[in-house]
Amino acid sequence: MPIQLEIVTAERVVLSEEVDMVSAPSVEGRVGILPRHEPLLTVLQPGELHYVKNGVSMPYAISGGFMEVLPNRVTILADTAERADEIDETRAEQARLQAEQAMRDRQSTEDLARAEIALRRATVRLQVAKLRRNRQ
Amino acid sequence: MASAREIRRRIKSVKNTGKITKAMELVSASKMRRAQRNVLATRPYADRLYDVMGELTLRSMGGGTKHPLLQPHPTVTRVALILITPDRGLCGALNSNLTRAAARFITDQKSQGRSVSVIAIGKKGRDFILRVGQKLDSEIIGLGDAPPLVDVLPAATTAINGYSPDASGNYDYDEVYLLCAEFVNTLVQRPKLRRFLPVEAPGNAGATKVDYSYEPSQEDVLDQLLPRFIEVQLYQAILESIASEHSARMMAMRNANDNAKELVRDLTLTYNKARQAAITTEISEIAAGATALNQ
Repeated sequence: MPIQLEIVTAERVVLSEEVDMVSAPSVEGRVGILPRHEPLLTVLQPGELHYVKNGVSMPYAISGGFMEVLPNRVTILADTAERADEIDETRAEQARLQAEQAMRDRQSTEDLARAEIALRRATVRLQVAKLRRNRQ
Repeated sequence: MASAREIRRRIKSVKNTGKITKAMELVSASKMRRAQRNVLATRPYADRLYDVMGELTLRSMGGGTKHPLLQPHPTVTRVALILITPDRGLCGALNSNLTRAAARFITDQKSQGRSVSVIAIGKKGRDFILRVGQKLDSEIIGLGDAPPLVDVLPAATTAINGYSPDASGNYDYDEVYLLCAEFVNTLVQRPKLRRFLPVEAPGNAGATKVDYSYEPSQEDVLDQLLPRFIEVQLYQAILESIASEHSARMMAMRNANDNAKELVRDLTLTYNKARQAAITTEISEIAAGATALNQ
């Protein structure tokens, strides 16, 4: 029995697919979900999420969110989600530097909030990209 | 009566204006469709969040502890208004309807002895608030037609921070309201005012009645979830306003286009009459001249 996995962000549905296993970075540590898992609601931390389908693992970079687990359905409510192999490491690095600069030059609390979010996203991208590179 | 040449010039200029409004109508129509798609795309996230929140608040109510964002403040003396307007004009009565509703809200709150600060999203609303000299706490302008969520977060953060008590228990707002253009359908968009904070806990309608286990704990999940819920609600309101803006502009431009056509028809008639009159005058002059010569 496969699991119906859905990754949704506020902007769109990123992924909707039947998979065999999901592994997600919960704030309590990494959790693996197999079919017929008990119902669970957990907070996710920024990191790498991956699912396995037909023996192939597919990684996504997410920057926090929630995971709702039902026996045959997993819904990820992510703040941002991207396929990890689509991440451009140099661009992520640039974005990180820019965000750090913006945090130093901030004019208002809004600028700070915006920069923080950008920084968080860039950092996750970098982490996930590095993880992938090390493994290869 | 104006000379035939003047009328011809007038016809040409009206036709040109008509072409511009026609083009704007088509552009707005396609932007509106895209904006509507964007609104729909946020639904899955917002709906799931809503369900989960219904589930959580239902449970935490039994526990007695309430999250600060769900908790009304004991007395209401300072309110904030999040005013969402377009950046640009030429969209019929949309902007004036919105600003009028905002003005009414402000007067209404003031008559109850409350002070109003405004968080303006959109240039027209911001300009209005500055013009009437109302307190402006935060502004976002230049969002464009399809803003990413990140761009609207600062406004949500201002509202949340203003509402929640800081370390010493002080806060800036007792209630936060949201005024935006509701997209009823392509023809009708109207200002909609609703309370934004404290959050109205969804009833058990959305609850899935599943016995979840929570990690780390129910409170922690709710803590993380509420700000997201507020953010996505604001995001949806903004996207809906954008759809309203484009559909209002589309209708305004369609009317302008119809008017231009009618004007051209009237002017053409006047032009033909003028031309006919000129010819008649000319003929009778020639005839009169000829008769004079024959005598």
